Amino acid sequence: MARTPRLHIPQPPARPGDEPDFSYVELSDAGAVSRPEVTSRARHMENLALELVRVIDDQHKALGPWHPQLDTHDLQVGLRHMLLTRVFDDRMMAMQRQGKISFYIKSTGEEAVSIAPAMALQPGDMLFPSYRTQGLQIARGRNLADLMCQCLSNTNDMCKGRQMPVMYHWARGNIFSVSGNLTTQFPQAVGWAMAAAIKGEDDIAAAWIGEGSSAEADFHHALTFAAVYQAPVVLNVVNNQWAISTFQGFAGGERRPFAVRGLGHGIPGIRVDGNDFLAVYAVTQWAAERARQGGGPTLIEHVTYRAAAHSTSDDPSRYRPRDEAKAWPLGDPIERLKEHMIVEGSWSEKQHEKLVVELEEYCAEAWQEALSYGTMTTGPQLDQHELFDDVLKDIPAHLLAQRDELRSLSD
Amino acid sequence: MARMNMIQAINSAMDIMLERDTSVIIIGQDVGYFGGVFRCTEGLQRKYGEHRVLDAPIAEGGIIASAIGMGVNGLRPVAEIQFADYIYPGCDQIISELARLRYRTAGDFFAPVTIRTPCGGGIRGGQTHSQSPEGIFTHVCGLKILMPSNPFDAKGLLISAIEDDDPVIFFEPKRIYNGPFDGDPNKPAVPWTNHPKGEVPEDYYTVPIGRAEIVQPGEDVTILCYGTMVHVAQAAAELTEVDAEIIDIRTMSPLDVDTITTSVEKTGRCVITHEATRFSGFGAELAATIQEECFYHLVAPILRVTGWDTPYPHAFEWEYFPGQQRISLALEKVLEET
Ligand SMILES: Cc1ncc(C[n+]2csc(CCOP(=O)(O)OP(=O)(O)O)c2C)c(N)n1
Repeated sequence: MARTPRLHIPQPPARPGDEPDFSYVELSDAGAVSRPEVTSRARHMENLALELVRVIDDQHKALGPWHPQLDTHDLQVGLRHMLLTRVFDDRMMAMQRQGKISFYIKSTGEEAVSIAPAMALQPGDMLFPSYRTQGLQIARGRNLADLMCQCLSNTNDMCKGRQMPVMYHWARGNIFSVSGNLTTQFPQAVGWAMAAAIKGEDDIAAAWIGEGSSAEADFHHALTFAAVYQAPVVLNVVNNQWAISTFQGFAGGERRPFAVRGLGHGIPGIRVDGNDFLAVYAVTQWAAERARQGGGPTLIEHVTYRAAAHSTSDDPSRYRPRDEAKAWPLGDPIERLKEHMIVEGSWSEKQHEKLVVELEEYCAEAWQEALSYGTMTTGPQLDQHELFDDVLKDIPAHLLAQRDELRSLSD
Repeated sequence: MARMNMIQAINSAMDIMLERDTSVIIIGQDVGYFGGVFRCTEGLQRKYGEHRVLDAPIAEGGIIASAIGMGVNGLRPVAEIQFADYIYPGCDQIISELARLRYRTAGDFFAPVTIRTPCGGGIRGGQTHSQSPEGIFTHVCGLKILMPSNPFDAKGLLISAIEDDDPVIFFEPKRIYNGPFDGDPNKPAVPWTNHPKGEVPEDYYTVPIGRAEIVQPGEDVTILCYGTMVHVAQAAAELTEVDAEIIDIRTMSPLDVDTITTSVEKTGRCVITHEATRFSGFGAELAATIQEECFYHLVAPILRVTGWDTPYPHAFEWEYFPGQQRISLALEKVLEET
């Protein structure tokens, strides 16, 4: 031990040129972690924050107390949604590279952390997304072309061209607006849940942030308010190991898992294999049931890996080994569910290939539909004068004057 | 002398200060190994070590607060906020603490913190990567607020900021990081290479805080501007063939009132332009100062050309941006009055 205090600088396990090394990720065997009653006291299940809830084992079998026992239909729906999310991401990425949209963020490798919770929650539950949870929209049945129109800022864009690509919202689908400002949605979800409790309704809220975002004060606001008021909310931290170039150690993940942060507040923390669709489904179902029964909030850490670049503006080969994703010990969520279903006899390679083709076609059709509403440079255009709408409910006089000024310029 | 773009000039300023003064440290998100999302700190961690160029958790409040603590304890922190749009979680620490520490302790404590942050639109960044919040901070007493418009000033002003014992917010107009921009997005991008202010001494030098620069002398109207708008204003003056005196404010606070009033007393007309929204924007302070100081020299009302009073819309970036056309119309209008 050093005699003088020395500043500790967290070090990622590997940088470009190094061998990928995930030995720091502590794993539990599938089926090994106990499943407490949803009414148990938080202090009686602290192990859940340290272990890793997993259901699908290396032989692709599902086992243990967290096995959600989903029927074939639900499994197929889950697989389809995850695949569609990936196919959609790939297409939008390609469209960004062709200059059709200005920006994009993929969720590759993290599809399960949106799709499984969206399926485990009720349609009336309010979702507070991050920019990497497009799977929530897909699992709730959003028309794909609507998402594409947002990315195109075209005449059918739900944001009327006011937001960058991927900053979706869906009022009717109970999905809140994505904010560019990290973590703001976390305590807002708690407030929504508090309102549900005040009104005596049994809808709950759920929110998603990245592990890097857990450093923001808003993360602590969320936990404090959720704990104090026992708000019916499921708080998800998606630990995909990287926040742009900054590895999870810089958010404090070197010492204790993020799930443990719940414990200091008396909130159950669950650490789950985020690439195991069944495990994510099961822990969400557990947390939702607990919240609905008046048991208050749960903090869930999804252990996963950001297989893609941070965004289309990012080049991860500058800060992490190129082949790091291949070494990720928890595999790929789509592959794992697929293999499980094949082993169970409810799916086949052939069906899978067919589904991929079908979804690609669906995506291509949706893209054509989206284009019919225009792009930022071609086809029908949004009315630029609408940029003054919605600053306030009614347009104030000084904005009306500015709108007139803009109008006079284009005349 | 070397040819530098603004990123290289800003990098060079920090490099020199890290070298000259061991109390200087850099802290911010992705600034270390990666060198910053705009690459302003590239190579600095390799050169000066991980204890002087620190990657930070994603917590702007924490970055500013720890910079204050370090500043109080004898360091000279340069904190990077990745986008000016993300400075707000740090606002309590900036406004209530950093800006007032010297005052509330009667000078016994101070924190010589420089906050660098990219601002402004023009990169299709939508409302959360385009803001120009300088006017929010010029309203706070106890801060110095700077915004350079070219590589030469960027380096010299940043060195002054780091050496200053008072807190400084140093806004970097990201649209002109790689080259001057005249407001026309359809023109091919130009680099700093052929711009006189792209010529930057490799060594230490300073540009004083509190001094505006007359970019172009003129007789008929004074244009007050800063950041990206300096280049747009020059283009508009050229387009309209108006003999404009263009003043790059550079340091909004403290403000070089003399240079401004001397010019307006000469021309009798003034157009103010900034990218930030208009209502209660920094242009209002400029206009008020001019009417207080030079009312009897004015022959026309002072006009402001600014961003509209809305968030920065992704799809209508160029309808929002106060471009050459709007500045030209304002110039014609003030010149109509006799
Ligand atoms: C308040 C705020 N600060 C900084 C940023 C810039 N930024 C955008 S994404 C990002 C990294 C976020 O990482 P993480 O929370 O781990 O989520 P991930 O991208 O890995 O899904 C940063 C620093 C921002 N958007 N908002």
